[in-house]
Amino acid sequence: MAKLDWPEQGKASLLGKRHDRIDGVAKASGAAKYAYDILEDNMVLARVLGCPHAHCRVKSIDVKPALKVPGVVAAEALKKPGDEIQWQGDLVAVVAGETEGAVAEGLAAIKVQYEVLEPFAKDDDLEAAQKAKRTRRAGQSTKLENEPGDEVEDEEAWEEEELRRLFKQCDVVVEGEYGIPVITHMCLEPHGSTCVWQGDKLIAHLSTQNVSGTAGQFAGPLGIPATDVTIHCDFIGGGFGSKFAADVWGVTAARLAKKLGRPVKLMLDRDLELKNAGTRPSGFIKVKVGADRNGVVKVWDSHHWGTNGIGGGVVSQGVIPYVFDPPNRRRRATGIRVNAAPARAWRAPNHPQGAVLSQCAYDDIARALGIDSYEVFLRNLPSVSNGKAEVYREQMEIAARLMDWKAKWHPHGKGPRDGLVVTGLGMAIHTWGGAAHNSTAELKIHPDGSVEISLGSQDLGTGTRTVIALVVAETLGLKPDQVKVNIGWSTYPPSGPSGGSTTVGGVSESSRRAATAALNQLLERVAAKLGVPADRLEAKAGRIQDSQNPKTSVSWKEACSLLGMNPLVAKGEYRRGRTKTNLSSSQVAGVQMAEVAVDTETGVVRMKKFVAVQDMGLIINRKTAESQVLGAAIMGIAYALFEERILDPQTGVFLNAELSDYLLPRLGDVGEIVVHLYEPPSEYQRGVVGLGEPPVISPGAAISNAVCNALGVRVPRLPLTPKRVLDALAKAQG
Amino acid sequence: MKNFEYAAPTTEEEALALLAEREDQAAVLAGGTDLVPLMKKWLVTPKRVVNIKNIPSLRGIHAHSQGVTIGAVTTLDELLEAPELEPYPAIKQVIANLGSLQLQCQMTLGGELCRRPQCWYFRNGYGLLGDRGRLVEQGDNRYHAILGNQGPAKFVSPSRLAPALIALGAVVRVAGPGRKETTLPVERLYRTPKDDRQRELTLLGSQLLTHVTLPKLPAGVKNASYEVKHGTGPHPPLATASVALELASSGVVRSARVVMGQVAPVPWRSREAEQVLVGQTVTPDLAEMAGAAAVSPATPLSENAYKVQIAKTAVKRAVLLAAGLETGGF
Repeated sequence: MAKLDWPEQGKASLLGKRHDRIDGVAKASGAAKYAYDILEDNMVLARVLGCPHAHCRVKSIDVKPALKVPGVVAAEALKKPGDEIQWQGDLVAVVAGETEGAVAEGLAAIKVQYEVLEPFAKDDDLEAAQKAKRTRRAGQSTKLENEPGDEVEDEEAWEEEELRRLFKQCDVVVEGEYGIPVITHMCLEPHGSTCVWQGDKLIAHLSTQNVSGTAGQFAGPLGIPATDVTIHCDFIGGGFGSKFAADVWGVTAARLAKKLGRPVKLMLDRDLELKNAGTRPSGFIKVKVGADRNGVVKVWDSHHWGTNGIGGGVVSQGVIPYVFDPPNRRRRATGIRVNAAPARAWRAPNHPQGAVLSQCAYDDIARALGIDSYEVFLRNLPSVSNGKAEVYREQMEIAARLMDWKAKWHPHGKGPRDGLVVTGLGMAIHTWGGAAHNSTAELKIHPDGSVEISLGSQDLGTGTRTVIALVVAETLGLKPDQVKVNIGWSTYPPSGPSGGSTTVGGVSESSRRAATAALNQLLERVAAKLGVPADRLEAKAGRIQDSQNPKTSVSWKEACSLLGMNPLVAKGEYRRGRTKTNLSSSQVAGVQMAEVAVDTETGVVRMKKFVAVQDMGLIINRKTAESQVLGAAIMGIAYALFEERILDPQTGVFLNAELSDYLLPRLGDVGEIVVHLYEPPSEYQRGVVGLGEPPVISPGAAISNAVCNALGVRVPRLPLTPKRVLDALAKAQG
Repeated sequence: MKNFEYAAPTTEEEALALLAEREDQAAVLAGGTDLVPLMKKWLVTPKRVVNIKNIPSLRGIHAHSQGVTIGAVTTLDELLEAPELEPYPAIKQVIANLGSLQLQCQMTLGGELCRRPQCWYFRNGYGLLGDRGRLVEQGDNRYHAILGNQGPAKFVSPSRLAPALIALGAVVRVAGPGRKETTLPVERLYRTPKDDRQRELTLLGSQLLTHVTLPKLPAGVKNASYEVKHGTGPHPPLATASVALELASSGVVRSARVVMGQVAPVPWRSREAEQVLVGQTVTPDLAEMAGAAAVSPATPLSENAYKVQIAKTAVKRAVLLAAGLETGGF
């Protein structure tokens, strides 16, 4: 019998090696079709009208003039008089037409009257938010080593006094303010779909991270059973946590398609994409942190605020302080209701903010004491909350070696100057779960020897398809190109949404299980033919052979011919928490270091080098795993140095909602990036753990710390733009 | 975008006639890198678009005894490659710094000079002078003007090449209306609008910018541009400076032209900086003083005081580069 467990480390023929993506050529050549590329016969185009005001009430709306525009086939209001609108760009109406020109003229012809209401847009300004009554308490929690005695009546006062006492005992106390603004997801392919009806059945070609879980979201509002909805997404041009839903625009496209009896394509324009379809919440913090003379943190007291849009949520207090959990801490959180669309999950929700808001303060302890930041992080490892102190310690050593940290280190602001340029080092550490999601796969071995596996998963561009092919090929002793991977249709067995670094674990579980089950059925047939017990047979290099006497063998093709007329079908199923498994687990660490140069006269920050050391359990495809970390580093550099949603403080208008104004790095801005995949036997044995989010968490804190080390001055808020650097330098000089 | 008539003439005369018929409701299309986004957002809604890229007389680079004349539809990429422009590093440095090969290959010289401002209030439909300047004044003005910003206009002139051309003393040939044609210094293309009826460009709808002529530089004239950019991408620089210094054989500055970009509603010539330089030998200290003089009249807005430092540095470094000295920065 073939074993379910992964091969021993070093024994696998495919797993852990470098493999090109099986869809790489299709993507590079343009043959790969994204939702935006779907063209249907007789299709009409639809676009939506966005509200120009951040806060208003609809007085009247008249779409009839749009219908008079030649080429317009439908125009509908999506709001009605009296509706209150809470963000600029909220969808007011939709127009469908034969050409882009007709649709544009139709949208311009719609007449809407608004009553403009007072907006609020300053999520960084707690005082202004309080004045405008836009705040809401988002929790407070205190953890102290000592407990109040029975005689204490006013616990809050006791806590206050106890914190004062603890801070007094510290050798160093640092007070700081840090911040990280709202950013957008900036998916290059905006949200949207092409909806096609075949009789009463809907096919939605949807740009989605959630192939198996979206049918019901269309079915409900359309009043049809979910069985009549098929979701299709072969390729997706970016999601990052923002594409789990059918969304208003998806359902609208489906409804219009039904009404018109024609396929409808509705993709959001760039500005409406940024205004509606996904942002990451902001976080700003005021913190006081006390440590002993070695930099070991003893007490933490913080209040953070920020926004996740009109709902008024804020970064979870669970990530404050981040990874480190000192013996005494008090944290408070306040949410701010801003006239902006609700945030969506952004790669590692809460964690990048947690890292910036916490670990910049830890680095400021090093600055205050004049000791090496590396030492401060090291000495605080005993307090990490995930039990991975030893892993961090080893990863820090590797990262330091790759960065040449010891040779390059200088105390904050005390480095050599090259003309007007100073350099600095910074680091941060992170954690993430990444447990496998539920997944079901169906594997077919055809009598001609061809193999296909089907599951309702999706490839976000990270190489999921290739991972599935590798797992199946490894299990069956085949080459990856002998496995046909069917994903992207909701008609396949269900697999979880791709969020939270859960996909590779999930699809590896189900694929390995399906392939092993299928192989074991096949081995039974071969056993009879070869006269060798099935449990002695193995699949290797395209043959089924006697493991004790490999010369006794049949080719894969010959083995499959024993199946007769019908293909062999096997299912692999994984249920998180229910299926016993050695194939996957959860929880990772990760250490990142940044080296920057800063031009002190212009405030321009340049990345010199970035080192990422990351564990992920067992590696399936070394090449795409490295790519995943490289991409995360670049995304991290982007939000550390460039990205920011800018709302006009007066009107709430989203000022930079175009790619021409929303700053992103270019290749020339990212410097040298070194990725080290940490996979000692202790990691390999854990099986697969998700890798999607963890490497994007630390860059903000690491880069901020590096800039602080270079300048000797903290630039309190990301992104670290020339303006913020020069403003911080000017403030420091008084 | 809004529907429009499209015309693709092959002579200047045809183009001028096509523009005159639809005066103020016609737009000139060359590379389209600015016009197309403006039309897509309905910020510009011409009834007629006149594509001038098929007019042979507007193309090419021609060196002659007086200097070099460049057709308006010549692309920036062609300029970067042109040996005729070797004496004008101030121009090539800007183009090499564009940060987008697509823009470099698509954008034309005339189009670059006639770009509309990138001011985000303008681009979001609030007009160039949004609420007579109050929107910018009370809003997010981190990229706005620090000089010449006391009227309602607080946007910055977007052209990257205009400061270099002005420093070099370039002139433009403007054809139209009809058979008229004039030659004017590049700086005369620009003005600071005082009300909503004025554009920031002086060209009429019935006129066509046809050629730019760079004067032959006397021996001893050194020129350079320095742009302070946030990242290497195609976004506008934070501030730029172009300088042309005429140096005596002793190294003393005989005459100087210093022009800043991205700091005012027009390309901003700094006589203050020029006065500091003339009669002196360029040293890092002198360059620093020139930079300080250039920004001495600055009146920063609520969020852009940092641009004063950046503009000062741009001037300083452009002077140092022109003089062949190290800038000390990136």
